Amino acid sequence: MMQQAPAFTIVILLLTSFWVPIIGMIKKESAYYLSLIAIFFSFLAACATLYTVITSGPIHYRMGGWPPPWGIEFVVDYLNGGVVVLISLISLLTTISAKKSVEQEIHRSKWPLFWSLYLLLILSLLGMTETGDMFNMYVYLEVSSLTAYGLIAMGERGALLASFNYVILGSVGASFYLLGVGYLYIATGSLNMADLNKILPAIYHSKVIFTAFAFFIVGIGLKMGLFPLHMWLPDAYTHAPSAISTLIAPTMTKVSAYVFFRIILSVFNPQFSWEVIPAATLLRWIAAVGIIYGSIMAIAQKDIKRMLAYSSISQIGYIVLGIALANQMGLIGGALHIFSHAFAKGCLFMIVMAVIYKTGIRNIDDFKGLNKKMPFTMAAFCLAAFSMIGVPPTAGFFSKWYLVLGTVSGRHWFLTAVILMSSLLNAVYFFRIIEKIYFSSFVGLVNGGHGHHEHHEVVAVAEAPLGMLVPILIMAAGILAVGLFNTQIIHLLLQFIVPKGLA
Amino acid sequence: MNTVISYKPLYAVLVSLIGAFFILFTNEKKQNLREAWTFIAAFIKFGIVVSMLPVILQGKVIKLTLLELAPGLSLMFKIDFFGLIFGLVASGLWIVTSLYSIGYMRGLKEHAQNRYFFAFALCLSATMGIAFSGNLLTFYLFYEMLTIATYPLVTHNEDEEAVKAGRKYLTYTLTAGVLILFAIGATYIYAGTLEFTPGGFLKGHNIPIGLLQVLLVAFLVGCGVKAGVMPFHAWLPSAMVAPTPVSALLHAVAVVKAGVFGCVRIIAYVFGPVLLKDIHMWLIVAYFVSFTIIVSSLFALASDNLKRRLAFSTISQLSYIILGAALLSKASLTGSILHIPNHAYMKITLFFCAGAIFVKTGKRNISELDGIGLQMPFTMGAFTLASFGMVGIPPLCGFISKWYLCLGTLQAHEIFFLFVLLTSAVLNAAYFFPIVYAAFFRKPAEATTGMAEASIPLVVPLSITVVMAIIFGIFPNFFFHFFDLARNAATSILTGM
Amino acid sequence: MEFILSKFNYWIYIIMMMIGFYAMIAKRNLVKKVIGMNIFQTAIILFYVSIGAKKGATIPILEAAHHAKIPPESIEVAKYINPLPHVLMLTAIVVGVSVTGVALALIILIYRRYHTVEEDEILRQLS
Repeated sequence: MMQQAPAFTIVILLLTSFWVPIIGMIKKESAYYLSLIAIFFSFLAACATLYTVITSGPIHYRMGGWPPPWGIEFVVDYLNGGVVVLISLISLLTTISAKKSVEQEIHRSKWPLFWSLYLLLILSLLGMTETGDMFNMYVYLEVSSLTAYGLIAMGERGALLASFNYVILGSVGASFYLLGVGYLYIATGSLNMADLNKILPAIYHSKVIFTAFAFFIVGIGLKMGLFPLHMWLPDAYTHAPSAISTLIAPTMTKVSAYVFFRIILSVFNPQFSWEVIPAATLLRWIAAVGIIYGSIMAIAQKDIKRMLAYSSISQIGYIVLGIALANQMGLIGGALHIFSHAFAKGCLFMIVMAVIYKTGIRNIDDFKGLNKKMPFTMAAFCLAAFSMIGVPPTAGFFSKWYLVLGTVSGRHWFLTAVILMSSLLNAVYFFRIIEKIYFSSFVGLVNGGHGHHEHHEVVAVAEAPLGMLVPILIMAAGILAVGLFNTQIIHLLLQFIVPKGLA
Repeated sequence: MNTVISYKPLYAVLVSLIGAFFILFTNEKKQNLREAWTFIAAFIKFGIVVSMLPVILQGKVIKLTLLELAPGLSLMFKIDFFGLIFGLVASGLWIVTSLYSIGYMRGLKEHAQNRYFFAFALCLSATMGIAFSGNLLTFYLFYEMLTIATYPLVTHNEDEEAVKAGRKYLTYTLTAGVLILFAIGATYIYAGTLEFTPGGFLKGHNIPIGLLQVLLVAFLVGCGVKAGVMPFHAWLPSAMVAPTPVSALLHAVAVVKAGVFGCVRIIAYVFGPVLLKDIHMWLIVAYFVSFTIIVSSLFALASDNLKRRLAFSTISQLSYIILGAALLSKASLTGSILHIPNHAYMKITLFFCAGAIFVKTGKRNISELDGIGLQMPFTMGAFTLASFGMVGIPPLCGFISKWYLCLGTLQAHEIFFLFVLLTSAVLNAAYFFPIVYAAFFRKPAEATTGMAEASIPLVVPLSITVVMAIIFGIFPNFFFHFFDLARNAATSILTGM
Repeated sequence: MEFILSKFNYWIYIIMMMIGFYAMIAKRNLVKKVIGMNIFQTAIILFYVSIGAKKGATIPILEAAHHAKIPPESIEVAKYINPLPHVLMLTAIVVGVSVTGVALALIILIYRRYHTVEEDEILRQLS
């Protein structure tokens, strides 16, 4: 059983996604429960995989027993084992909290199809993380895009066009990725990542390899919303059904970011990515501009989902910056930020989902006095916001801390300034909301300084349903846990990504 | 140096943190229960801190290494002479302030009292953490926690003005936090350690002098923002919109003192006297804060709002402490460290008085205070004594720390700063004595009906603090051994032991 | 000239790709965008197919494989075209078709809701 765990993470979801629409024809409600059970088992399989990795080293799982480089191989090492658990955990929590929201936002007749696509999306993300084969990666990439197109299109007004734009850009990205694979194949005759890593160093100065590298960067960059390839992202996040924004915001971009790590570090080797071509310098600047751009755009938004989307663009910049710093601390910071941002953004989107479900509020101005209504949800909001700003001891602080260390040890003072600046900008747009939530219920009273406030109306507590609240609180706890136990995470999972001999 | 491992510092931090959550989940209507939590937490905390006093006085250091926050960097508590002084002051005054808060909040029937007491307890936890932190990362963790926990107190009134003050507060302090983060990161990369060491740990790492200067500026500006050093002080007068107990404890004791504490830590325990002189920064820092001392006194003269005047006075007094540290002589360091408790006791008295006046009469401005001394003799009596102390008149405790500061300027052979201190004392007199004069010798505008003292929970705390201020003036080693602690701290800094 | 002719397959795919790319980015009509996307994908498929080809080679089915076992060393690899890219393209074609399908389905929905397939029109209606 344990040896099959990597395959199980995906197979369970695949089989269920096939049966969900069929069983759903008989009873619509069953679709949700089937999906939930499948995701739960997939999560267990992911945990088993990670456990095996930690106890007995990376797993090379051969699909159908074909040996690589001919067969397709799943490779689960320390980092992606962690990412797999992260993705399936967040999917599980999102699924639990999404039930009511989906029932509210999606027409009943579409439920089975919705959940079927939802399962396919999760499985493709897990597949992207686990696969050790370049072409297989493309297939998962396309599956995740296709399902995301469909799911986003189920959203409200404007979702169709957002989804269509995503189709166009997404297929450009995927095609670029495919071209990159083709170029590598021409040059090496192999599609297996580990195999490529062995063959490539001999032909590093070939222009074909350069081109392939560039195609990969653009292809994956598009998928993860890296500035300036982020155009699809804000619309897609804003108009998608809340459940889908909640699912894709913390997972899809993070998986793509992981793939980015993988391609730069273990398909090409770091020496190539950083020394033979000046990719690092270029990426650093792109990331820096993206960080600032995302933050500034986020400040300008009125719609909370859109604001969070722009903030994602900025946070993706952090991860890429971590890779591009090309030193130990930077890499660890970037990798840790995958985790910390997934928790923080997941938590924020879940909160937004709960707020939309409960009150229908999307405009930031309407958040006034919401703490009276949803005290626990709003407390979690503060915590997640602190993580985004980087207040210790939340997860966001520590990833930022390593990034700062990375920039300092690389003597990139300007980038240090960018990171710090961006955390201030984050503070601006999050405290703007926190201020509204907690301190503006009395705005309009003439100088309340005397302290004789009169409660105009006593707002009854109308907290989100338990099914939403519990996942939110778990995510909030996760933010703190990732922060406080980041050393353990680094020791268990992240330290292995740092190439040997790197300062 | 003997090291004792003890969990006491952790308990001291945790007790108010746990207390805070008890407070938060108490029913808003059950005032007594909530305040009971506050008192229980405050007394336990104070007890824990005092129980560490004998160990520290023997010259030992209490150390506790907990969770590894980052590879090679742990959540570390280390209590030395200096940290303990701050801990004692903050935890001791919390009890008094809690009593006062109760009188104040009930007297004004304030809203959201749960949140208020919750944030208050959080602030105290953070302050304790700052006092006891053993390395810069731990320090930063609690420093940011303090920033965030104070925010709801500043915006407590929830009106336009409070929200604006809150924004201003956050803008200043978060920017400062970011600067400190940068400096800590760079320090760690270059020095490989962040642990506070008497006499500093940065020397001998071959760090370029330019970078050291930048780091020092980043650190001092970062901490100086909280300490209200000019020109980064603007948040402090605005934050006076907060309820008076907040202004009293946080803006005279905990928050601003945390900034000053940070500055002294940086100067004495990160850079160290030797390095500070090597990089030619000590005089620059000293001149810089001297500017603050004089100019903020002038600002104080010009403001009519009583709390605002006190705020500017705070700014000026805090810079004494930084000045003392920057002069790097034994007497000046002793004086500067001693000024932390002394100023705290005097300033908190003054704020308590301002609050009591406000609760009783609703008056905020100095021009309205004519004849109030007859109406509220205890309050104004305490005010008078405390303001004598601020000016530096013996036998109040302000005299002792100022005396040592003045001695320190002579020891450092920098006569200029002696003049700064003396000028400032004159200015202090100039802005405090008119208040006293008006309160006792001017005829009130409207006819008063004899004595109308504020309620007991308001008068008792301010009487306690003013009595303490006198006792510390006569017996500087009374109970807390502040003087010994300060002198030992100064010795350890200068000898690097 | 020699350079261009000897690598004509690549040139063709690049030209096709650029045509497709232009249509996807510059055209405001959603259907035209989809057409552009198709050209783009086809170009890549052609590229893959062409990299498997070899001069004078035949389809990769072993002659006389029915009759006798042929030792692997005796197979001349140069005689057969590389089948792997072609196999990969089967997948890519399937993916391409699905993407086109999704895109067209979206266009139908968009048309039903906005009664136009011009992007400008839709944006005007949305705002």
